[in-house]
Amino acid sequence: MRFGRALLVALALAYGFAVGCATVHAAGLDEAIAHFTTDDFDETLTGIKEVAASGNPRAEIIIGALQTGQLMFSAERKAVYIQDSAGKLTDAATGEPVAGAPPADLDTVNINNRLRGAIAAALGQLTLLSNDPQKRYEAAQAVFKSRAAAALRTLETAIAKETDSRTKVELELARAAILLNIAGTSDADKLAAIAIVGDRGDQEALALLADIPARESPTVARAAIDAINAIQTRLREWEAVQDAWYGISLGSVLLLAAIGLAITFGVMGVINMAHGEMVMLGAYVTFVVQEVIRRYDPALFDYSLAAAAPLAFLFSGSVGILIERTIIRFLYGRPLETLLATWGLSLILQQAVRTGFGPTNKEVGNPAFMSGAFDVGGITITYNRLWIVCFALAVFVALIALLRLTRFGLEMRAVTQNRAMAASMGIRTSRIDALTFGLGSGIAGMAGVALSQIDNVSPNLGQGYIIDSFMVVVFGGVGNLWGTFVGSFVLGIANKFLEPYAGAVLGKIAILVLIIVFIQKRPRGLFALRGRAVEA
Amino acid sequence: MSSRSTLNLQLNRRRWLTAAGGLALGLMAPLPAMAEGTIKVGILHSLSGTMAISETTLKDVVLMLIDAQNKKGGLLGKKLEAVVVDPASNWPLFAEKARELISQDHVAVVFGCWTSVSRKSVLPVFKELNNILFYPVQYEGEESQRNVFYTGAAPNQQAIPAVDYLMSADGGSAKRWVLEGTDYVYPRTTNKILEAYLKLKGVKDEDILINYTPFGFSDWQTEVSKIKAFGSAGKKTAVVSTINGDANVPFYKELGNAGIKATDIPVVAFSVGEEELAGLDTKPLIGHLAAWNYFESIKTPANAAFIKEWHEFTKNPKRTTNDPMEAHYIGFNMWVKAVTKVGTTDPDKVIEALPGTQAPNLTGGISTLLPNHHITKPVYIGEIRADGQFDVVWKTKELVPGAAWSPYLPGSKDLVADWVKLNCGNYNTVTKTCGGS
Repeated sequence: MRFGRALLVALALAYGFAVGCATVHAAGLDEAIAHFTTDDFDETLTGIKEVAASGNPRAEIIIGALQTGQLMFSAERKAVYIQDSAGKLTDAATGEPVAGAPPADLDTVNINNRLRGAIAAALGQLTLLSNDPQKRYEAAQAVFKSRAAAALRTLETAIAKETDSRTKVELELARAAILLNIAGTSDADKLAAIAIVGDRGDQEALALLADIPARESPTVARAAIDAINAIQTRLREWEAVQDAWYGISLGSVLLLAAIGLAITFGVMGVINMAHGEMVMLGAYVTFVVQEVIRRYDPALFDYSLAAAAPLAFLFSGSVGILIERTIIRFLYGRPLETLLATWGLSLILQQAVRTGFGPTNKEVGNPAFMSGAFDVGGITITYNRLWIVCFALAVFVALIALLRLTRFGLEMRAVTQNRAMAASMGIRTSRIDALTFGLGSGIAGMAGVALSQIDNVSPNLGQGYIIDSFMVVVFGGVGNLWGTFVGSFVLGIANKFLEPYAGAVLGKIAILVLIIVFIQKRPRGLFALRGRAVEA
Repeated sequence: MSSRSTLNLQLNRRRWLTAAGGLALGLMAPLPAMAEGTIKVGILHSLSGTMAISETTLKDVVLMLIDAQNKKGGLLGKKLEAVVVDPASNWPLFAEKARELISQDHVAVVFGCWTSVSRKSVLPVFKELNNILFYPVQYEGEESQRNVFYTGAAPNQQAIPAVDYLMSADGGSAKRWVLEGTDYVYPRTTNKILEAYLKLKGVKDEDILINYTPFGFSDWQTEVSKIKAFGSAGKKTAVVSTINGDANVPFYKELGNAGIKATDIPVVAFSVGEEELAGLDTKPLIGHLAAWNYFESIKTPANAAFIKEWHEFTKNPKRTTNDPMEAHYIGFNMWVKAVTKVGTTDPDKVIEALPGTQAPNLTGGISTLLPNHHITKPVYIGEIRADGQFDVVWKTKELVPGAAWSPYLPGSKDLVADWVKLNCGNYNTVTKTCGGS
């Protein structure tokens, strides 16, 4: 009996102790979380710091939810919740599901840029020792940016434990950034830190080193200045590479926009002012394809462009054939009428799309493989531009192959070189005309798929490219696909080398002037066609 | 119920005013707009061409307001009739269409224009034919015309507060500035004002980079890398964007892909609203800012009712609302009040009655039309959210009165506009003359 009572007391005590401990532990977090219920940025900032410092295992989840806008609060109940994507609430502190109806005044805990910075820093600190190497890598980058001195101890532990070399470099960098920014670092440590940061050699390193010469001892200042100069020299060397890359990228866009025109205008001689609208239709096909995929199977989203490209080719191509059969074939040999008719047509197509889809921009998403960027040496290359360059080249190669290697290509060349002779050899010239115009329009449609990734998908999309397209085709030499190819890259690269010095507006004007002068000297463009075909 | 009783009250007051002598005056003035039994309201917004993307929505909102007013019994006992014309984003055509609206259709008032150049092109027409224009878009200021009422923001109601915010601790204490704009009158004037203001605040020449690009610019690689390089000088850098129209989407796409995050280099835009973001995946842009006098996400009963009405009117639950729409909402209600007050649509009387008129805005305040033909508005700074809407992160405590002339420009710091006491849009307080600058 006595033993039993003693046991009971002991149990009760133990229970009380356990409960007491639990409340103490949770209270730290609860108090910290309470800052989130005021809807005040300063309070929320305090909350982030306290939650991060609480050492509670849920800290990472709570701050993560705050970052993604899933942290909710009710001022009335003084409670904080996490709302999952399905709309279900769990208690932020305990992770328990919330029973009953959600509070009436449920609202998101708002954040601003300052808080976003603090969140990234806090999450960085919390995940430095994560088991996931990718998380550790991101954490190291976050700490590098925040330079929060509080993370130094954890950082050193992390560096000692790190096995992944890529992450280790980032961790060392983060440590160097902190050491350079806190008081009491020895000069030797600072010099080592400057060396590490200097090795990084990019603009962020430059930003970190920029104010050191002004506030440090002469030796450290000297080292910092040397590092800055080294980085700047390196960046300047890369600048030319960067301009060249931007030029290639712009050239690929010009090539895509112009290559269809190189066929309809260059090869067939039709001044097709509605060419831009074919591009626009291609972009809208992409939009429709993406909408269908979003509705029926979002998992296939990354393949949307692969599906859109042939569809855009077929759709714009069919529209092209329709236009050729109904309008253009009656106007062959009458350039002025063709110009006016196709210009009117372009307005009709624009307004039709505006009426059908509305005047506002349509959202065409980037598939995952086309988002973001990567660094090569001192330049940043964005994936969407890289893919567009590849796509432009692929389309060009395919087109050349079509013209050189297929029967249709042969017939097409025959008809454009000598119509009468081709007809007498049994080629149905009017059918070839329609198909050729369809081919040019279809390629414009494919260009629209690519352009939807970098430009507005709006009824005006085509207008922005029509002048550039004509410019490229005329500059390159009418009737020559290689001329269009070389012309677009020459113009793109020239434009991008001029732009940093002359500015975008003057750069564009300078290019136009250069082309005018060039055309005065060589009226037939870069690659002039010679022979009897030209005279016909 | 309440709406009906106010209507009766307004009608009674109208009768009373008419009886008190308004009738006599009203009969003397030629009132073509009323002669046909309806009051005609002109809508001068581009429905085709480059500006259609922004202006079509404004046409729709005026149609909705007219519709709602007619359901409430019209105005002065007559129905309102909308006359819609399409100036097709063609600036000279704006002047032609304005002339057509006033002299052929005899409209009582015109709601219209978006770009400053289109407004400048119609000014002489409104002056010559003496009619009223309500202009709903944020603009560069430096103007005050007798026939024009500016319901959008003047620079002191948008640009200056936005810069103040970025300089504050919450905005990131920016020390270095990129002023990036489209190459035309609005960005150029705004940037001139901002440059003067920044220098006044102690920002050095080398910490300001001003850049212009053409309309519809789509290859932003060089510009974005320039911004990135400018931002790596160790000082907090912010971008003030006056990029207009179609160029915005490729700009933001490039920004997102180049990985410029709002926490590193925030971009505050003056011409990017819910409408422009509709064509974008905003996830890489979270935290970039816009300064406006209205955001769709602001929670007030008036705004909720407006959004509901808009969705019902357009039969599209996804159509967004934006700042210039709110400006038309305020302007339209002010015009209705002024007309009701004087009991006639005669432009001279309405122009005289409009200053001092008050109308509720959609964010919970009451806007007043000032003697300089601008209105009082609250200023909000919003951050882009993942769903293409904005989170308000800062707002002015009170409504800010719009200033026609900027005190930061040497050419306009002595000018005031006051159409009530001085009857002048550019009165020089130093030389005490009207018309000097």
